[in-house]
Amino acid sequence: MFGLKGDWSLEVKDRYFTLEDYTGAVPRWCTGCGDHGILAAVHRVCRDSQIKPEKTVAVSGIGCSSRLPHYMSTYGFHGLHGRALPVACGIKSRRPDLDVWVATGDGDCFSIGAAHWIHAMRYNMDITLLVFDNGIYGLTKKQTSPTTPLDVPTNTHPSGALLPPLNPLSVTLGITNISFVAQIVDWNAPLRHEVIKKAHEHKGTSFVRIIQRCPVYVESIGKALQDEPARMRLLTHEKGVQVDDMVKRLFPNNAEHDPSDLAAARALAEDDSVLPLGILYHNPDAPQYDKMTATGLDMTIEDRLAGMNEALDHFAL
Amino acid sequence: MSTTRISGDTKYLFKRDKTWWVKLAVPRPLRGALGYDLRRSLHTDDVETAREARWEAIEEFRSRFDEIRATQANGTAAAVIHPVDESDEPLELQRGVRQVDQHIVEIVSDSGEGAQKCGQILGLVSGKMGNGVWTVEIIPAEIQPPARERQGASGIRVRMGSNYMTNMGDEADVVVAFNEQVLYSRISNRAYRKGTVVLLENMWAEDPDERIRNQYKEALADFEAQGLNVIELPIQQECLKLVPDPRKGKNMFVLGMICSIYHRDTDIAKAEIAKIFKKKSEKVININHDLFDAGYAFAREHIGFSFEIPASEEDRLESAVVMNGNTAAGLGVMAAGIEMVAMYPITPATSASHYLAEDFHLTGGFVHQAEDEIAAIGFAIGASYAGKTACTITSGPGMALKTEMIGLAVMAEVPLVIIDVQRGGPSTGLPTKVEQGDLLSTLYGAPGDSPKIVMAAATISECFHFVVMARRLAESFRTPVIMLTDANLGTGVQPIERPEVTEEWFAPPLDQSDWDEDVAPFDWDEKTGLSERPIPGMRGGEYILTGLAHNRNSKIAYDTASNQEGMDMRSRKLAAMFATMKPPEVHGDPEGDLLIVGWGSTLGAIEEAVDRARAQGLKVSSVHLRFLSPMEPGLKEIFSRFKKVMTIEINYSDEPGSPLVTEENRRYSQLALVLRAHTLMDIDCWSKVPGHPLQPGTIHNVIESRLEEIEGAEACSA
Repeated sequence: MFGLKGDWSLEVKDRYFTLEDYTGAVPRWCTGCGDHGILAAVHRVCRDSQIKPEKTVAVSGIGCSSRLPHYMSTYGFHGLHGRALPVACGIKSRRPDLDVWVATGDGDCFSIGAAHWIHAMRYNMDITLLVFDNGIYGLTKKQTSPTTPLDVPTNTHPSGALLPPLNPLSVTLGITNISFVAQIVDWNAPLRHEVIKKAHEHKGTSFVRIIQRCPVYVESIGKALQDEPARMRLLTHEKGVQVDDMVKRLFPNNAEHDPSDLAAARALAEDDSVLPLGILYHNPDAPQYDKMTATGLDMTIEDRLAGMNEALDHFAL
Repeated sequence: MSTTRISGDTKYLFKRDKTWWVKLAVPRPLRGALGYDLRRSLHTDDVETAREARWEAIEEFRSRFDEIRATQANGTAAAVIHPVDESDEPLELQRGVRQVDQHIVEIVSDSGEGAQKCGQILGLVSGKMGNGVWTVEIIPAEIQPPARERQGASGIRVRMGSNYMTNMGDEADVVVAFNEQVLYSRISNRAYRKGTVVLLENMWAEDPDERIRNQYKEALADFEAQGLNVIELPIQQECLKLVPDPRKGKNMFVLGMICSIYHRDTDIAKAEIAKIFKKKSEKVININHDLFDAGYAFAREHIGFSFEIPASEEDRLESAVVMNGNTAAGLGVMAAGIEMVAMYPITPATSASHYLAEDFHLTGGFVHQAEDEIAAIGFAIGASYAGKTACTITSGPGMALKTEMIGLAVMAEVPLVIIDVQRGGPSTGLPTKVEQGDLLSTLYGAPGDSPKIVMAAATISECFHFVVMARRLAESFRTPVIMLTDANLGTGVQPIERPEVTEEWFAPPLDQSDWDEDVAPFDWDEKTGLSERPIPGMRGGEYILTGLAHNRNSKIAYDTASNQEGMDMRSRKLAAMFATMKPPEVHGDPEGDLLIVGWGSTLGAIEEAVDRARAQGLKVSSVHLRFLSPMEPGLKEIFSRFKKVMTIEINYSDEPGSPLVTEENRRYSQLALVLRAHTLMDIDCWSKVPGHPLQPGTIHNVIESRLEEIEGAEACSA
């Protein structure tokens, strides 16, 4: 509530932001698309943290997911297919004051942008990375993506996807210097909000893979999970996410998992029989590249001029 | 026969400055060895005398063809050796001191023997003495070529002159070779001429390996046959008097020798040696000084000739800095106030980033080595979008990978400086060698219409200053600016005037003031296409940049009117910039028979060739373009004052007369193609892809033969 703090004291801010301050154009995603819920969660987390809209940048590539910036009223960068991460890292490199979000998809991040995914995770710059994984190319109308389940028919593989899908979690957990890896499903609002909030609070690159329903092209993927909650395992921990019992009841298969345990996280990710949800790994102390790239920002013009002359002196005859 | 001979019979003859010359075209298979034609002055202004005298020369020329055919038929090692170029004035080795206005020295060795360091110091010393200098490294293609390998030559060429030097020049005058085998590749590159003095290490004559002794002997005979002036010297033996392993240190002995031959200031030389070894102990410096002194004394005693190159006062630099074009570009990045360079390693561009990695912190900058070329430019675009001036530096293959991103920067109007240090293509091509092959792909590479500013530095000094200009243009016109340089500028080293950097050169500090909400993020001025951009952090300026077609509010817009308007506005910026530009200056007379048009690193060689031709009385001028997009104004008017206009470039074009090549299907060199479209004039071209810089002598020959063609055509029509 406006200005009222937990101890009932009142703090008057000159600006207080409501959901509307982060809400942009009306989304053009399909009815029933999981993206709507993710967008709502992003708006809420922004509002809750009261980040200034002008200090917020939503960066995306190309695909259904990547329309997200247009539905924000912050700054946004809707760039090239697969290339959201280099742009986001570049923004963060010299502007540590900006709050950078990345919206990307399974095709954008795990296929055409795969190289950037690996390296951005290692750079571990302070970026909230949301991968909208619906297991299909939606915008280009139903082609196989790296995460399309085996045998699911698509327009490029009409008799079913030929290869077992890529496991984005085990790949991500294998990258050096990762600091935050989580997985959620788009249709559980409390868990969705809790994980995205934690991801946003984390200093470093927070990777959140969101199993997202595409009711138009691959309804079966989301439906299978919704019909059989036992195929998912909710991970809770005091260092990870904690949800109330109501949420836990929706995930009968749940367990305690300490997110500082990388080996355990990898084992959970490797297990194909059940989909882990929650925070798999969290290391608040991993080195952040943005701390290294933002050097010299406080130099005055006079400092720079002196430095320039010193540099030229190195070549003086 | 004589009855049918017309009075104007000038077969094989041409006249220059009142003197008749004889010229014979070289058959195609022999051109690699002899060039396009053989020619000689007949020392007469009387046409009858010339008609008589020509036959003796023609006979001699023809017997040279036979000789070459014979060696080629033998197919032995000798066949790969191109005879050294003929020269009108072989270097006379008189005893005593001779004054020259410029000389070219090469030091060649196996890699790791320090020839480059030796030449670098020679260049620095000469620069300090007020000479013009151009230094270029001779780099083998492999990291560790085996010793005594013909293709493994590693070394350096130093051109020293009284006046300011603008290029690497023609054939070397003096060569110091650490072994005889490395000379072969230089000979096949036509680096030497008849009379070039070769100071050759003679230890190989006594090598325990018989094969090496024989190689040495054979090479000596080869070199002699080609007219090289070989002087064998016991360099190793002399060094052994001072150090146990002369492989390290021989270069300083050689430096002493050269400093003696060229009367270089020994105090300056020794100070430079001390500087190079400053991180080592006093002992190391002393040993190297001793080797230098020994080499100096040895040359004084055993080499009878020497040269003086007095420094011209008019070309003396006020306050010089010595660097190559890549370092100059790196310093330019700093002076422009750019604070982020994102790059991926690629030859020959990387050394610019190497330099920045060392000194960029002095101006508060950071070098990001990205995971690939696409990420590198993406990173730079991100930083620039966020209001920080950014740059990416690459070469041709990197440009190819960045193409989509360059299109995004054009579409979304993100200011960005892109430096392309061109190398040989296509594909991996010639990674370490020069080519001007990226002009067309830079101008037209992206899908759709992608208007951007493209400029080309022509000198090492411009490699510095053009980055500063590029940054300003990028921001003023809200567009990517591509600055083309090449391997020749990137690796050539010379003293240039020290730039007086002022605060105004730097990018202004980040603007975070409030944005007027009523102003659209693309508030295009109809007349110029220009607009101001909101920077993240500016309250009220929030917008979504997009690579999709968009309207003034940066909203995705698929409608016809918005798409047309966006295209118009982006293109109009180039027209607006064109309106502010001045026509280029013509080097030489403003009108004449032939105009050479060049761009990029060929400036020095072209102007030197034009000056030589003009000194002969030929009516040739040149013009050198710095801006390729928008094209510089007034070209059609300048071109119309010359009988013939041609470009000279280091990129591919079909040579007229090649099999199946006709006037209709001939593929022109890149600038020629652009200028033909731009002016609708019949612009010719001469271009080659030799993998090394064009030399003034080569260009001079082209000028002469093109002017003869013009004369011939005029004679015919008369």
